[in-house]
Amino acid sequence: MAVYEEKSARPAPINTNGAIYWLKENLFATPLDIAITFLILFVLFQVVPPFLNWTIFDASFLGSTKADATGSGANWIFVKDKISMFMYGFYPQDQLFRLQILVGVTLVEIVLFKYIAKTIKQKIFVFVLYPIVAFILIKGGMFGLVEVPTNKWGGLLLTLVISFVGIVLSIPIGIILAFGRQSNLPVIKNLSVVYIEFIRGVPLITMLFMGSVLLPLFFQEGVELNKLLRALIVITMVESAFVSEAIRGGLQAIPKGQYEAADSLGLSYWQKMILVILPQALKVAIPNLVGISIELFKDTSLVMIIGLFDLLSMVHLTSNDSHWLGMETEGYVFVTFIYLIFCYGMSRYSMILEKRFNTDHR
Amino acid sequence: MSILNNKTFRDILSQFIVVTALVLFIWHIVGNLQHNIEVRGITTGFAFFGDKAGFGISESPISYSEDSTYFRAFLVGLTNTVYVSFVGIFFASILGVIIGVGRLSKNFLISKLSLLYVEFFRNIPLLLQILFWYNIVLAALPGPRQSIALWANCFLNNRGFYIPKPIFGTSFEYVVLAFVVAIGLVVFLSKWATKRFEETGKDMLVWPWAILILVTIPLVVFNLLGSPLSFDYPALRGFNFRGGMSYSPEFLALAFALSVYTASLIAEAVRSGIEAVAKGQKEAAASLGLTSYQSLKLVVLPQAIRIAIPPILGQYLNLIKNSSLATAIGYPEIVTVFSGTVLNQTGQAIEIIAVTMAVYLTISLFVSLILNIVNKKLAIKER
Repeated sequence: MAVYEEKSARPAPINTNGAIYWLKENLFATPLDIAITFLILFVLFQVVPPFLNWTIFDASFLGSTKADATGSGANWIFVKDKISMFMYGFYPQDQLFRLQILVGVTLVEIVLFKYIAKTIKQKIFVFVLYPIVAFILIKGGMFGLVEVPTNKWGGLLLTLVISFVGIVLSIPIGIILAFGRQSNLPVIKNLSVVYIEFIRGVPLITMLFMGSVLLPLFFQEGVELNKLLRALIVITMVESAFVSEAIRGGLQAIPKGQYEAADSLGLSYWQKMILVILPQALKVAIPNLVGISIELFKDTSLVMIIGLFDLLSMVHLTSNDSHWLGMETEGYVFVTFIYLIFCYGMSRYSMILEKRFNTDHR
Repeated sequence: MSILNNKTFRDILSQFIVVTALVLFIWHIVGNLQHNIEVRGITTGFAFFGDKAGFGISESPISYSEDSTYFRAFLVGLTNTVYVSFVGIFFASILGVIIGVGRLSKNFLISKLSLLYVEFFRNIPLLLQILFWYNIVLAALPGPRQSIALWANCFLNNRGFYIPKPIFGTSFEYVVLAFVVAIGLVVFLSKWATKRFEETGKDMLVWPWAILILVTIPLVVFNLLGSPLSFDYPALRGFNFRGGMSYSPEFLALAFALSVYTASLIAEAVRSGIEAVAKGQKEAAASLGLTSYQSLKLVVLPQAIRIAIPPILGQYLNLIKNSSLATAIGYPEIVTVFSGTVLNQTGQAIEIIAVTMAVYLTISLFVSLILNIVNKKLAIKER
């Protein structure tokens, strides 16, 4: 017969919160973890302090020439001195106020678009107005503004112009291509597929070479295409194919019932696509579209190979200045920093959008 | 009822309009092209392939000299593209899988550092990374006389990376044969182990045995044949290294940047593949009493691989296309050699750019073919 025996109480569990528990759970859980943690800490102590010393503690910030550099670290005076090159390229110094106005206009536009414009029509108006104002401000040649030829554009300005024009133009073309690829009409479908797969299979750099070498041959004699326009044509051609794939992904996510419902309401093909399918498809496609915009922003750096002076090419140009020889490292770090801010910012923004649009009614 | 309301008619009409517009457009462009070719006196045709190239190429896996033809130069570019892509894919895969798994590690430092790696490298243009490694890091290495000596007679300096060159003796092919036999044995062993597991439920760890077989059999044969392998060591003579094998700074910068950049994208594919496996699957595996290793090997990985393989293959294709950025630092792959030097010398832009694009299209068609085959193999076999 079983006899009841009182057992002594087990010890209370060690506390499951607090710093010590966190450390134990996240850094020192197993012997292997302990070893890896110490290894990583060792490497971090080898790498991080020298890096911080170079970028901040031993760096020189004050002064205006190379000789003013006092520390043994980075010479940020170089970046300070060349900041207008990095931002605007060879844009005439006395015209820079136009670009500063443009920054203000951009902010006003964002506020107008987000908070003031209520109806779709107003939003479209604000959206279309922006590139026109921006073009007039940058290019000039009208309203009493001096014309600045495109070969003077450079730096971050050029990178942003190419990215913006590329993405804005390629979205409508991409939508048409995506419709084409989903079409029931065999000719249109196959033409779209061939175009998209061709572009996607070829590196951007060969397309840019094609733009700079072959494109002039395709036009009538006497038609002058400047380098920027050639690059823009090629980049729009390429991006349209990528955009169309993102939108096709969105189209495929739309349940068939939506198409059938639109058909049964008696909508025409274009009514069906624009009023019913596209708004839903775009919502699904937006994260991918932002991803493509990030890719495009990074890929604009390739235009330096065909001789445009974008942000990346400024590293080479500015550090070739005889007053500032040997400053390439600072240039690369600074440019890396700018690219990181833009790309990381865009990817964060896409996450916010994804959350906002996630109505999840499937 | 008007014929315009007939759906078939309208379909045919709209397609007809598109085709006509396209034909007119192409006709216009070709007309301009022919006119421009005549006006500028550009030669056409592919006859230049047989002409003497007359320029040197700094590194080439196949034999090439200034007397070789343009076609030979084209082949050199192509082999270099394939070579650097293979090296890039190899290292990017290893690094990418490590970091992708690291993202899911329970260790705070590992997962955060992996996250930092991914966010850092994928948000910087690849071209910037290539130029940075080439112009800053590799250019800062010491000259040949102050080379950094690494293990086993390897040297790193600003002229490149020098390693011993293996020289295979006459009977070395038997060692290769022994290795093939060993691989056959391992395949047989793993099949036998699977069969035994299915029949009796007795599991065994195959991989220690596999490594043992793969190492010992070739090693025994190698020693029996009297070590038919020697090395040509690089040595400093005068101002530079002679002998051995060398990798140029261009190759190193390109391969390194491609690997590091693509690894960040592969890591994301690996992570999302593993995360996409439903939590219920792991719980089901645990409730069946599988150990965490068994659950990973038998339940999670087979499903994760199915999800991760297509994006990873897509990244491989991107890496091959991105190898064309070599032209910025002058590594002699196909764009540098063919769309660069050969185009400048012959001026036949149309043919050369068309051929270059055709090469990349063939490669990407080939990769999508592999992708389709893999997808078919991995597809869920529903009952």
